[in-house]
Amino acid sequence: MKRNILIIGATSAIAQATLRLYAEAQDNLYLLGRNTEQLETIASDATVRGASEVHTAVLDVNQFETHETTLQQVFETFPILDIVLIAHGTLPDQKACEHDVHLTMTELSTNGISTISLLTLLANQFKQQQKGTIAVITSVAGDRGRQSNYVYGAAKGMVSLFLQGLRNRLYPNHVHVLDIKPGFVDTPMTANFKKGALWAKPEKIATSIVKAIDKNQSKTLYTPFFWAGIMLIIRSVPDVIFKRLKL
Amino acid sequence: MSSSKESKEHKEPSKQTSQPKAQISGWGNYPVIESTPFLARYINEIPQTIQNIQQQTTSISPPPSLIASGLRRSYGDSALAEHTLQTHTLNYFLSFDETLGIVHCAAGVSLAELLNVFVPKGWFLPVTPGTQFVTVGGAIASDVHGKNHHLDGCFSQHIISLTLCVASGEQVTCSLTQHRELFLATCGGMGLTGVITSATLKLIPIESAFIDETTWKTEHLSETLEQFEAHQNTTYSVAWIDCLTKGKHLGRSLLMLGEHAPQQHSKDKEQNLKIAPPSKLSVPINMPNALLNSLTVKAFNTLYYHKARQKKNQRIVHYAPYFYPLDSIQNWNRLYGKKGFTQYQFVLPKAAGLEGLTEILTQIVNSKRGSFLAVLKVFGAHNANYLSFPMEGYTLAIDFKIDPTLFAFLDKLDQIVLHYGGRIYLAKDARMSEQTFKQSYPNWETFQTVRQQYGADQCFNSLQSQRLGL
Repeated sequence: MKRNILIIGATSAIAQATLRLYAEAQDNLYLLGRNTEQLETIASDATVRGASEVHTAVLDVNQFETHETTLQQVFETFPILDIVLIAHGTLPDQKACEHDVHLTMTELSTNGISTISLLTLLANQFKQQQKGTIAVITSVAGDRGRQSNYVYGAAKGMVSLFLQGLRNRLYPNHVHVLDIKPGFVDTPMTANFKKGALWAKPEKIATSIVKAIDKNQSKTLYTPFFWAGIMLIIRSVPDVIFKRLKL
Repeated sequence: MSSSKESKEHKEPSKQTSQPKAQISGWGNYPVIESTPFLARYINEIPQTIQNIQQQTTSISPPPSLIASGLRRSYGDSALAEHTLQTHTLNYFLSFDETLGIVHCAAGVSLAELLNVFVPKGWFLPVTPGTQFVTVGGAIASDVHGKNHHLDGCFSQHIISLTLCVASGEQVTCSLTQHRELFLATCGGMGLTGVITSATLKLIPIESAFIDETTWKTEHLSETLEQFEAHQNTTYSVAWIDCLTKGKHLGRSLLMLGEHAPQQHSKDKEQNLKIAPPSKLSVPINMPNALLNSLTVKAFNTLYYHKARQKKNQRIVHYAPYFYPLDSIQNWNRLYGKKGFTQYQFVLPKAAGLEGLTEILTQIVNSKRGSFLAVLKVFGAHNANYLSFPMEGYTLAIDFKIDPTLFAFLDKLDQIVLHYGGRIYLAKDARMSEQTFKQSYPNWETFQTVRQQYGADQCFNSLQSQRLGL
């Protein structure tokens, strides 16, 4: 069965790796992203790889007023949405944010509030159709605030809490809400970081996302799996100690 | 996507100052240099990236060294430079004509990816080197050849057209009929004309993913060459050659012939056109230097030669183990230890034949440096590209572990190769002298003229091009 899949932030590395898997499975895709030319490139790629239908539209997530009309367009093309994957995001410059209120607010908007806006609209569609999976890429950074990137962490943590509530609300409606928390991923967003053993390729993350969605999981997915253990420890450190750490 | 304009402006300065350097090397792990990597994700970002790198380096003389780098399978220093533009993320298919098998893709698409997408649709690469982990851009820049060179030529001969981002930032589409000189310089041009951004190539139809393989066991070099001659109409041919055995068995080989197998009736359609499973084996770290010594390598060569029981052995085998036996072990280059290795690949013109090969092989056998990977192949005619390696004759490729006396030994081999009118493959080279290069690649001046015409010599340079005086 061909599924109707909406991907928001389709030009991000993890989204791209994921949509390729859906293209190979000959699903129908609707891709939203900010850059027209890049969207066209990944749309052609998805078509060659086997996607049955590929639609694209430009969306700047920080222009909230466009969310409703853009999604309306999507719902007209795909009256039933089997899967939505929200994958857009940036990695804020924490140090710059500390001295710039405007920048901090923009980053919170890009990584948090814009997602909440989209989810609010999408949730009602899913509730009405009584099926499907809402999958959102958040981050392990949202599990506990650390001095090195708490702006990003706060935005992602907000989305995770929102998803918990949404999962609870939509449970009777057979809608699955998946909160995907990747650890360190080797993407253009993290190009300037030194990579070690904990780093994973976007393709690996993509495989775990597709698998969790196929299994109708409605939970928090740490990926790769060992991050569940790492974050359990991070969350368990008492504040008296944690506040002294250089993390 | 998605950070707003303001946030981008805030981020960029800190990005530039913190652009970290990385230790990089080719597949041979020699030499290792420090370089600043830049990631290319979309074709439309490349002109800007090239401009940024140029601006950063204008104050420094000599001219900045920037080279595109794909999956780093060239062995030596051809993809090493102060700045590298990493193109393996430029991996998009742009269009596919199902009736003609013509695919247009961005240059970072790997041959593995092409096979994974198109083998199930019944198409195969027209030419493939011994690994599928190279990008299309890299395959063009090295103008790679395969086991069918004697019939089908090099990779570039199946490229309908390509797009190159030149030093000015302009995207130039070139082919044998359009900007012909730039095309001839770019195919086999080791990335020295610009950054290849996309290419259109023609695939060949196949009925199955399998190869009908016949292996002939030969007793000595002249028999090996005779067998090549006898099977000159077979699509694929390559010989594994024992380069440790002396005397009358010098050059004993296993000649492996192959044809695309027809549809296998015992299998369903999906099985018939299945792709290679991902490799599970890996060499996790550099092996100790002592692992590969004359004893272990001798033992391997003897065992491998006797693996073929009869004079003639036949089997149906999937394309992956046939074309890419080493791809099944990730990071096999680490077997050579921390100091790395170099692959010496030369070609001798047909006229030099048995005599020249015997002379070089004798040198190699006597040096006891031989490794377990020596490959002999007959080349067909050369093509019109200025720096493409193949010429009609015999090519031998052999790995050597780096040690303090190796390069003096290879210089000696170079002299023999030059004496017979042969040359060394740039994609494998890490040490040839400028003089050897210029003597054996007679079109280097034409190549350099085209580079200058497009300003490439002031922008695209690698460790190799600087060493070779380009």
